[in-house]
Amino acid sequence: MLQGHQSWVFDKHPVIISTGVAGGPFEAAGALADDFDILHDDTWLGQESFEKAEKKLLEEACEKAIDKAGMKKEDVHFFLSGDLMNQIISSSFAARTLGIPYLGLFGACSTSMAGLAVASFIINAGGASHVLAAASSHNSSVNKQYRYPTEYGAQNPPTAQWTVTGAGAALVAAAGEGPRVTGATIGRIVDLGISDPFNMGAAMAPAAVDTIEAHFRDFNVDASHYDLIATGDLGRVGHNIAGDLLIKHGVDIPEDKFTDCGLLIYKDNQPVIAGGSGCACSATVTYGHLLNRMRRGEIKRILVVATGALLSPLSYQQKESIPGIAHAVVMEREGD
Amino acid sequence: MSNKKNKKLSAAQQEYQKFAKDREPKRPLLTNCLHAFIAGGLICTLGQFFQWFYMTYFNFTEITAGSPTQATLIIISALLTSLGVYDHLAQWAGAGTIVPVTGFANTITSAAIEHRSEGYVLGVGGNMFKVAGPVITFGVFSAFVVAIIKIIIQKLGGI
Repeated sequence: MLQGHQSWVFDKHPVIISTGVAGGPFEAAGALADDFDILHDDTWLGQESFEKAEKKLLEEACEKAIDKAGMKKEDVHFFLSGDLMNQIISSSFAARTLGIPYLGLFGACSTSMAGLAVASFIINAGGASHVLAAASSHNSSVNKQYRYPTEYGAQNPPTAQWTVTGAGAALVAAAGEGPRVTGATIGRIVDLGISDPFNMGAAMAPAAVDTIEAHFRDFNVDASHYDLIATGDLGRVGHNIAGDLLIKHGVDIPEDKFTDCGLLIYKDNQPVIAGGSGCACSATVTYGHLLNRMRRGEIKRILVVATGALLSPLSYQQKESIPGIAHAVVMEREGD
Repeated sequence: MSNKKNKKLSAAQQEYQKFAKDREPKRPLLTNCLHAFIAGGLICTLGQFFQWFYMTYFNFTEITAGSPTQATLIIISALLTSLGVYDHLAQWAGAGTIVPVTGFANTITSAAIEHRSEGYVLGVGGNMFKVAGPVITFGVFSAFVVAIIKIIIQKLGGI
């Protein structure tokens, strides 16, 4: 149900009945290790390639989510998933294993919330009773495709970010217990001319700000409506820029309420430079850490704004700037 | 950023570029230079040691010792790359580990390892020179141009 110009309000309150979160060794050593369901100490997961390892992570996260809900794969109506690989192979190949009717999504790192928004819309409209939304990324498979070989010795600038190895899945249902999805805002592309692929935070920050402003406008609320507003993977650089941009645009979000998944996931002593990034960044932090906090009652209503940089290795070699996008989803604690 | 590039951007984009630039951490140029000097210097000292070693213990001259010295450095670099150490050293050392022959060995080894999953021919063979390729292409081309210039000057009676 359309709300304002670019938002949906979910009046039937779709429920996230369970989540599955998987991660790699770097995430196991990170700040949120306790919030992962499955952690691996081998970045290859015993697979022959990084791509297969990523697919495996996604499969595990999905199976975990279905398992935790006490359901079978056959009971899930649709599977919505995306990743960063060419032709989103991780998602499609995981869908081949799962055998659930599947729609592939590409929104780069914003895919997690794009998937959750669409899944909630389907549930709210009565299009299904159970929809699985997921996203994945793998540090090495992403580096291989977008940047340099993993072992290549190039010096990363201080604006570079570390792609999260992991996958997050949320099982959205028409009824049940768990956090409710009550609204979503679909972002538009914002491109303010940043063309450096080692500076994704600055490229995506204006998109996050645009979506947050659109969300507040469409729902006629302000930051006080939320206990926490978390962006997807802006990292330290993008987070500071987004904070200052919001102030410039007259939008007030108190500092203790405004955070970024890319800043939460790793410890300060890990060599991630400006913070985490990748599809799995917002997916694992939201479906793991943030929803766990909500289940414990520490936070009641959150807005997650997953940010994506829609570039390709080809587009930046052809000197195209980086189009940024952000999608926001509202999650609320049950009964509050 | 050059002015030529800025001209293509709209006013809002130019304004944001400045806004973002003020908030981005700069590359620590002086520290990077110092690290590169130390790391590059150490690698060269190591090379010097190998040269001395091959000249003292094997019958190499100052000129012929170059080949085994380079080969030794390349093997060490390839080993450190395959053990997953070289990229961590390089984040600290920057140009210090890229410029010497060890950096060149690293580009080829890392690409070969990375694309092993696509098979030996299309994977390793096809991608080994993905990063090093431009260096070889333009290196050979520059050598060709310099050689032509040298020949022309010699024929004209110079040198």
